[in-house]
Amino acid sequence: MNGIHDMGGMHGMGPIEVREDERPFHAEWEARAWGLIRAMGPFGPTRRRNFRYEHEILPPVQYLQMQYYERFIKVLVDRLMAEKLLTQSELDNGRADPASPTFTPRVTPANIAEQLARRRSLRRDDVHIQPQFKAGQRVRARNINPVGHTRLPRYMRGHRGTIVADRGVFDFQDTDADGYTLPDRPQHVYTVAFTARELWGDAANPRDTVHAELWEDYLERP
Amino acid sequence: MANAADKTGRRRFLSRAAAGAAGLVSARQIVSAKQADGRAQEPDQGHQTVPSDVALRVKALESILAEKGMIDPATIDAVIDTYESKIGPRNGARVIARAWVDPAYRKRLLADGTTAIAELGYGGSQGEHMVVVENTPSAHNLVVCTLCSCYPWPVLGLPPTWYKSAPYRSRAVIDPRGVLREFGVTLANDVQVRVWDSTAEIRYLVLPERPPGTEGMTEEQLAALVTRDAMVGVAKVSRPRGGAA
Repeated sequence: MNGIHDMGGMHGMGPIEVREDERPFHAEWEARAWGLIRAMGPFGPTRRRNFRYEHEILPPVQYLQMQYYERFIKVLVDRLMAEKLLTQSELDNGRADPASPTFTPRVTPANIAEQLARRRSLRRDDVHIQPQFKAGQRVRARNINPVGHTRLPRYMRGHRGTIVADRGVFDFQDTDADGYTLPDRPQHVYTVAFTARELWGDAANPRDTVHAELWEDYLERP
Repeated sequence: MANAADKTGRRRFLSRAAAGAAGLVSARQIVSAKQADGRAQEPDQGHQTVPSDVALRVKALESILAEKGMIDPATIDAVIDTYESKIGPRNGARVIARAWVDPAYRKRLLADGTTAIAELGYGGSQGEHMVVVENTPSAHNLVVCTLCSCYPWPVLGLPPTWYKSAPYRSRAVIDPRGVLREFGVTLANDVQVRVWDSTAEIRYLVLPERPPGTEGMTEEQLAALVTRDAMVGVAKVSRPRGGAA
């Protein structure tokens, strides 16, 4: 979707806070929030909406005002409420309602280390598909505007670039309009280099490049 | 969305949640052992001001979910401990230092980042497909995720606030040289800037240039010089002060 999250190339977002030490959390609540999100593990139905899509559909003003961990908590609460595992009255009262449904967590102190270390690769080495493009070839990012989740940033659409590498076959991550992943669409993912001038015009430095990984469905012959 | 209604509902929730949380959250949950180690309770000066109601909401949510048996606060403690003591930019710094002292390792690292990084014992979630890009006198690499905040956790830990922020995500691709200047790095016009927007499953680590004057340093001393910012590409690694080498 053409949402606020797709912000590559926007102006006016202000200065960058460049001084920051290397601690992972800068307030106790950030640490508890992150721990809470990881400790919850999966819940609800097997066919879940794409987690990133659930961030992307937040109203733009909220998206920009919320801090990163705050956004995760908001999405977690929305999801728990959608699954009826948390009620508005529980939130209002700050207490669990004995009558409301619950579940037994699959993530526990005993298996959390294994959970955090687990690889979750989307690469499909089991799928053999002939690649449509190869390194060195010129391509164009399609001008498409899907309403679901997509990994093709707006600022690349319609622009020409060069394939740098074929990264193999990966499950497609785009979703339908409701945020559900489109099934059975594994395809090659390529690293594509665009010149800064192609993307931003003649004022850009002629040497500079911007790279991204793009699924084959995003690309066409120029 | 009805903002006014949201706000009223939120305030009502907060006042009640505060009362609930105060009564329910155990002393162990509020005063975790980590606080005794001195983690900041307030946002640092210079950081985005975080409204205290967020802290309150997180605390209330944890207590409700714990009461319902849907989470174990000890699992949360274990997650926090992992990110504070096991997964972080010191891992990446060891990878970089090894690449600086061992040319064969550097070659393997640039050819297959995932496997070479696993040699040092690092891998897992958000590091499944690692690509290492090398800074040289003629090319500088900068990593961003414009759509989200994708970041190589096993080697760099959780991303800093600026990496997740709108100013960095919006400008890194259109004005990388301006972004670098803000971080104190000025590049000559004939140095190529390569920006890597982490749109899919590849995660990037920048191999910075080894600073001059470090020829006599051990791998461990070199790792201490490597900063998180240098491995994202917004800084260069500085030579040690005071002639330690």
